[in-house]
Amino acid sequence: MNGVTKMLLNLIIIGALSGAVLSGVFTAADPMIKANKEQELREAVFYVLPEARDFVKVEKTVGQEKLVVYKGINENGEPVGMAFKADGNGFQANIGLMVGLDLDYLKLKGIEVLDQLETPGLGDRIRDESFKDQFKGLEVKPRIEYIKFRKPEKPNQIQAITGATISSEAVIKNINRAVEKVVANFPREEMMKVVDGHRPAQAVEGQDAAR
Amino acid sequence: MPQDRSLFYEFKKGLWQDIPPFRLLLGLCPALAVSNSAINGLSMGLATLFVLFTSNMVVSLIRRTISAKVRIPAYVVVIATLVTVTDIFLAAVFPAISKALGPYIPLIVANCIILGRAEAFAQKNPLLPTAMDTLGIGLGFTMSLTLMGVIREVLGFGSVFGVKLLGSWFEPWIVMILPAGAFLVLGALVALVGWISSRKAAREAAAAEPASH
Repeated sequence: MNGVTKMLLNLIIIGALSGAVLSGVFTAADPMIKANKEQELREAVFYVLPEARDFVKVEKTVGQEKLVVYKGINENGEPVGMAFKADGNGFQANIGLMVGLDLDYLKLKGIEVLDQLETPGLGDRIRDESFKDQFKGLEVKPRIEYIKFRKPEKPNQIQAITGATISSEAVIKNINRAVEKVVANFPREEMMKVVDGHRPAQAVEGQDAAR
Repeated sequence: MPQDRSLFYEFKKGLWQDIPPFRLLLGLCPALAVSNSAINGLSMGLATLFVLFTSNMVVSLIRRTISAKVRIPAYVVVIATLVTVTDIFLAAVFPAISKALGPYIPLIVANCIILGRAEAFAQKNPLLPTAMDTLGIGLGFTMSLTLMGVIREVLGFGSVFGVKLLGSWFEPWIVMILPAGAFLVLGALVALVGWISSRKAAREAAAAEPASH
């Protein structure tokens, strides 16, 4: 076997083996990764709507955009709030949030950070409880604002993280934009409807037992 | 170069004599980028250790079949495959760790320690010495990154592994968490390790002197 054939064979075999290993691993792992994402989403919805025992996905297409809202319901199928995703630019990359809004369409019930690539140690403190907890009961009207170095003075203010104003501001901008869209496209009456004859999914029953 | 070095020597050298990135100045990018807290440094070190170990075992296994002219692309494919497998595996089985390490796992591909050890060691040695070599270098790298993480976290946040050490009187040096702090700490540690090593070498030389006469 001459040198060129050997080189070609080497690379072909290594490439083929690599491809086989990768597709095998991916095929095995993909359902698990999808399930993890789904689980993460469910947990985020229950985190931002603590009273919810289940939720219903409500979809709407507005222009080009598909809007998705998760309507949280309690044991009796009564709505307790709505959760939706709020994505937008952070300091370096997308910040993905789950936002819980009260049915009065005025106060937030909580937020959760799903995706972020903010500066470790600075911007990524948006994941800290102390930051997220500021959004519980926060008023979204006229819009959420931030204040630096001091405790918030108004019901629609939060204190920005020292050294990470851009990340804090990005979170607020994302929430404001998403809330505006949801409030405009999902009328309150529609959201107040009791969900009849709903059967909680298996995973939710497990969740119930855990609580 | 001594021919029959013990397996223990191959392991031990990575922990001080050739410790990356302070003595073996490789893997500087992850050392600078992911050492801003103790836990980040530790996780990155362990992930690198895993890829370093597995990929160099494969390189050592195939070292006789690979033509010398195409060895680098072949090694890169092996390393990239293992990194991707690690990335997918973490996302599927340990989503929390995968989330915390985020974009850093794919970057292990570009860590030159791994290709460096494949070139310098694994392609010339059988499995067992290669295993010892990569475990030593990998552990050394993990220790270094954790040490840098601890120093930067203490100065930048007043905490270690997320546990507050210093009271509220301490004004954190935010710069230590930022990229500039990484350069400062890395430079200081390279200088310190170099200084200790050269003093040790000088002492050993002085001790050997009378004996040789």
